[in-house]
Amino acid sequence: MLAFVLCGLVYVFVTADVQETNQVKDAEGQTHAVEEERQWEATEVETNLSLTDTPSDNEADHVQTCDRPPPPPAKDEIQEAAEEVRRDSLETNIVDVPSDKVDHVSDTKKTLDDPPPPPEKDRFQEELVIRPLHSGDTYASFQFRTLWDTDFFRGNKVLYYQLFPKSLGQVISKFSVSELHISFTQGYWRTMQWGQPFLPSPPGAELWEWCQDTVTDVDIAWKELTNVLSGIVCASLNFIDSTNTVQPSASFKPLGVGNGNAFSANAVLPREIVCTENLTPWKKLLPCGAKTGLAVLMNSEKVFHSSFYSQALHITPVCQDWQCKSTAWELKRTLNVVFDLHSSGQGKREWSLFKMFSRTLTEACPLRHCGEQFELSPATPLLSQAVVLGDRRTYSVYDLTNQATFGQMPAESGDMLRPLLHGERYVAGYGLPTGEIHTLVYNHHTYRAFPVLLLDTVPWYLRLYIHTLTTPAIYIHYQPSKDRLQPHLLEMLVQLPPNSVTEVTVQFERALLKWTEYTPDPNHGFYVGPLLAVPSVVAMDTNSTQERPLFSSFFPCKEESSYFMRVYTEPLLVNLPTPDFSMPYNVICLTCTVMAVGYGSLYNLLTHTFQVEEPGLRCVPLL
Amino acid sequence: MAAPLTLLLIVAVTIRAVLFRSSLAELIPERVEVVSPLNAWKRVVEGLALLDLGVSPYAGDVFHETPLIIYFFHFVSDYAEIVFMMADALTAVALYLAVKDYNKTVFRKQKYALEAERYPLDCLELIRTPKEMYYIPLKVAMFYLLNPFTILSCVAKSTCGLNNAVIALFILCTVKGSSLMSAIFLALATYQSIYPLTLFAPALLYLLQRLYIPVNWQRSSFWLFTTQYTFMYLGSLCVMVCLSFFLLSSWDFLSSVYGFILSVPDLTPNIGLFWYFFAEMFEHFRLFFICVFQINVFFYTIPLSIKLKEHPIFLIFMQIAIISIFKSYPTVGDIALYMAFLPAWNHLYRFLRNIFLVSVVLLACSTLFPVLWHLWIYAGSANSNFYYAITLLFNVAQILLVSDYFYAYLRREHHLTHGLYLKRKDGSEATLVLK
Repeated sequence: MLAFVLCGLVYVFVTADVQETNQVKDAEGQTHAVEEERQWEATEVETNLSLTDTPSDNEADHVQTCDRPPPPPAKDEIQEAAEEVRRDSLETNIVDVPSDKVDHVSDTKKTLDDPPPPPEKDRFQEELVIRPLHSGDTYASFQFRTLWDTDFFRGNKVLYYQLFPKSLGQVISKFSVSELHISFTQGYWRTMQWGQPFLPSPPGAELWEWCQDTVTDVDIAWKELTNVLSGIVCASLNFIDSTNTVQPSASFKPLGVGNGNAFSANAVLPREIVCTENLTPWKKLLPCGAKTGLAVLMNSEKVFHSSFYSQALHITPVCQDWQCKSTAWELKRTLNVVFDLHSSGQGKREWSLFKMFSRTLTEACPLRHCGEQFELSPATPLLSQAVVLGDRRTYSVYDLTNQATFGQMPAESGDMLRPLLHGERYVAGYGLPTGEIHTLVYNHHTYRAFPVLLLDTVPWYLRLYIHTLTTPAIYIHYQPSKDRLQPHLLEMLVQLPPNSVTEVTVQFERALLKWTEYTPDPNHGFYVGPLLAVPSVVAMDTNSTQERPLFSSFFPCKEESSYFMRVYTEPLLVNLPTPDFSMPYNVICLTCTVMAVGYGSLYNLLTHTFQVEEPGLRCVPLL
Repeated sequence: MAAPLTLLLIVAVTIRAVLFRSSLAELIPERVEVVSPLNAWKRVVEGLALLDLGVSPYAGDVFHETPLIIYFFHFVSDYAEIVFMMADALTAVALYLAVKDYNKTVFRKQKYALEAERYPLDCLELIRTPKEMYYIPLKVAMFYLLNPFTILSCVAKSTCGLNNAVIALFILCTVKGSSLMSAIFLALATYQSIYPLTLFAPALLYLLQRLYIPVNWQRSSFWLFTTQYTFMYLGSLCVMVCLSFFLLSSWDFLSSVYGFILSVPDLTPNIGLFWYFFAEMFEHFRLFFICVFQINVFFYTIPLSIKLKEHPIFLIFMQIAIISIFKSYPTVGDIALYMAFLPAWNHLYRFLRNIFLVSVVLLACSTLFPVLWHLWIYAGSANSNFYYAITLLFNVAQILLVSDYFYAYLRREHHLTHGLYLKRKDGSEATLVLK
C-alpha cells in the first residue's frame, strides 16, 4: 500500500509536468487513482470499436498500446505532447506494475524508493494493426517488441533475464548469433488482392541467421541451432540440413547493425505445416504470456481458421542512439492473420475484434512500455468524452450524414494501392522427365526502374541446366547442386524497367530418388521453395531511437524512407517419377537372378570342357 | 573394296545429316536409352556453360565428362554434329581395317595349320574360305554405321560415340601391332570410362602372339614385353590424368567422373541393371551390392584370358560385350560397338543355339522401351516396374547372345581339334556335352 501511495506521488509529479507542456485541459486531473485506472480502462474503448463502413485501404487502422491524449486542435503541439507523454510514461508504467502479478519485475520496483528511478534496461511494446483489405478480408497484424539493453558482442555474461525470453537469450549467446529470423506461414499471401504485406514471409517455415566470426565450425553450429530452435518453437526445423540450406552471397543483408557478421545461412521448408502447436510456444515467449495484453486475442481456434496465417520471430541488434554508440537486442514477434470476414459475414464489410478473435481485450500487459493509443481512419475531428462513475472514456463521433465519413470506396473506384513489385511462378512442360520453371516479376511503378536481386533455391533432385537460363540479369551467381548434399543456388541482379514484366526461365531434369528418399505420399509431389526478390535499394532502419508506431518500419511513410521489403513468389509443387515402393525384395531377387544368369552361363563355359557323352559312365563334375 | 566403303560412309553420313535436320533431333537426345548422365550432350553444354560462368564444371553433379572432353568441345562445340559424324565414320573405318587385318592373320594361320595337316579330315567344312571372308570387313563397318543404335547415339550427340572411336582405334593399333599407339589409345579409353581397363589383357595377349612370344612365366622376353607395355599404358594414363589436373588445377574430376561411375549416385533410368536395383536397395546393403555389381565387369577378365589366350580378338569382343552389359550407365551406343563384331563371327552361326530367340527378344525389347517409358512417365498408366521388366529382359537377351557366341566359339575350336563328327566308343554318333 505504501508503494502504491509512493507511486501515486511520482505520478502526480509526472502528469503535472506533462500537462504543463501539453497545455491539454484535463478535466479529471485531480483524481490520481482514477487517472491511473484510465490507463487500464481505455482498452474498453477499443472493444466497443466497430466500424460499419469501409475504411480506406490506404490507411491502416492502428491500435497501439501507447498512451496518447485526445488530439488537440493545434498539430504542432500534439507532436510535442506525444513525445513528452511517451518519455514520461516510461516511469508511470513501472508504477503500474502490480507486484503480485509478475515476479521478475520486482527488482525494478525496489528502485522506486529513491525517485527518480534510473531508466529500465528492457522495454516491451505491443501493437495491433487492423486493416480491411481491398478484397473484403481483414488483415490483423500483431507486433510485440522487446528491447534488451545488453551487449553480447563485448562478451558480457548475462545471468538474469527480465523481459527477454531466457531460452532465446541463451541461444543467442551460445551460438554467437548476431541476427536470427524465423517465420512460419500457412497459406499464400495474395499480393495482387491484398497489397503488400507488412512483413513478407514464404509459405512454410523459413529460418535465416547471421552469426559472428567467432564461430569456428559453422556447419555444426547451424545444425545445433536448428535443432535447438525446433525444440523452442515446436516445429520440424530439424529437417534443415545441408540439402536445403544456402549461403546467399548478395541477397541477404543483415537487418540490424552488422558487427562482425561472418556467416549467413538461409533455409526454407516449404512443406512445413503450421498449427496450434507452433502458436503455443510462441505465445510463451511473450512476457505476459497469453493472459493479458494483445496476446489474449490469439485464440488459436479463430486464428487458424483464416485465409493466411504467419507468425515470425526476429532478433536483431539495433542502435540505441543516433551515433550508434550503444546497441541493444530487439526481439520482434509478429503474427499476421487474414480473416475471410467477407464470406463469413454475409457479404457485409464490417469487422470487430470479437468477430475476428472471439475474444475482447480485457487488460493491457502490465509490463508494456507505454499506454494505449487508437487511430481511427478516417479521422474525425469530433471527440467526445464521457465520465461514467469516475471513469473517463473517449469516443470518436462520426457524422454519418457526411459522405466523406465513409471514406473513399476503393472497391468501386478500382484504384487499390497496387503493390509495386509482384512475383509469380509456375512449372511448364509435361511428363515427368524434364520441365521448365517460369518466374515472372512485375514492376507496377509507372516511371521508376528497380534493380532487384532474385534468389532462387532449387533442391538437388531438380537438376537445373544453367545453359537454358533465359534472364535479363546483369549479374549471375550460380552454385550448382551436389546430389544429396547441397541445393542449387541462383542469384541474379535484374533491372526491372518501369511498368514491365520480367521473365526468367530455366529448364530442369527430375531425378529418380532412392525409395527411402521420397517423402510420405510421394505422388503428392515435392515442394520447391519460392523465388525471393529483394529490391536492392531498400534497407531496414537500424535505429531504434525514433519513437513511432512499430509498423511504420514496414512500409514507406515517405518516398525516400527506408523500409524492409521482399517479394516472395508461390512455392512450386513438382512431381517426380517414383519407383514401386512395394517391391524392393522382388527387385533385388530379379536383378540378382539376371546377374546369376550371366555369371552362371559364363562360369559354365569357363570351367567345363567339351566331352563326348558316354551313356555308361556318368561322371558328376566336381563343381 | 574402297568404293563400297566410301559409298557406305556417304549413306551413313547422309542418314545422320538428315536426322540432325529433322524434328527427331530434339526428341532423341531426351531418350534415356540413348543418353546416360555420363555422356549426354546436354550435360556437356552445361559443363561449358559453367566454365563460362567461372564455376568449376565439377562443382555440381551435372557434368561427368573428363576434363579433356570439355576442353575438346570448348573449341569444337559449334561443329559438334560434324565431330560426332566423323567419330562414327572413324570407328567404322578403324573396325574395317582392323577386321581386314585380323582376317588376314586368321587365314594365314589356317593355311599353316592345313599345310601342317593339323585339322582332322572331317573338319574341312569348318575351314573358312577367302570368298566368305572377303565381305566381312565391309559387313562389320555396315553393322556399325547402319545400326539404328549407332545412328540414335550419334543423333543424340552422345559422347559414347567418341569412346567407341577410341576403342576402335585401340583395336586397330593392336591388330596392326603398334604397341605404343595401342597403349596410348587404351589409356585414353580407360581415362574416358575406367571399364576398358579390362581390355589390357587381350591387347597384351595379341601383341605377344604377334611377336611370337609365348605366354610363359619363365621366359624373360615375356616379362620384358609385359613390363614395357604396362609402362607405356600406365605412363600415358598418368600423363592424361596430370594433363587434366593442370587444365583445371584441381583433382575434383576424379571423384566427379570415376567416383560417379563406380558409386552410381544417379539413378536415372537406363537400359542397365543398376538404376532400379539401387533405387530399391536397402541403405545398409548398398555398398556391398555396389561392389558385387561393379566386380562383374572385371571379374571375368582373368578366366576369359586363360580360356581364350589363343584368341585375343574374340576376347576383346567378349570383354566389350561384358562391359556394355554390366557397366553402371550403359547406353545403346555401347551395345552397337560389340554388335559390330558379330559379322566377324558369322562362321560360328552353325553352332549358335538360340540366336533366333535372342534376336527376337532384343528386337521386341528395343521397340518396347519407348512404349513402356511413355506409359510410365507421360501417360501414368504404368509404373516403373514395366520399364524395369523390359531392361531385365533386354539384359538377359544380351547375356544369352554373348554366352551363345562364346559357346559356339569354344565348340568350333573343339571340333577343329577333335573332328566334326564325333563317335562314341561303340561307334554310334556322339553328342557333345560340357563337363
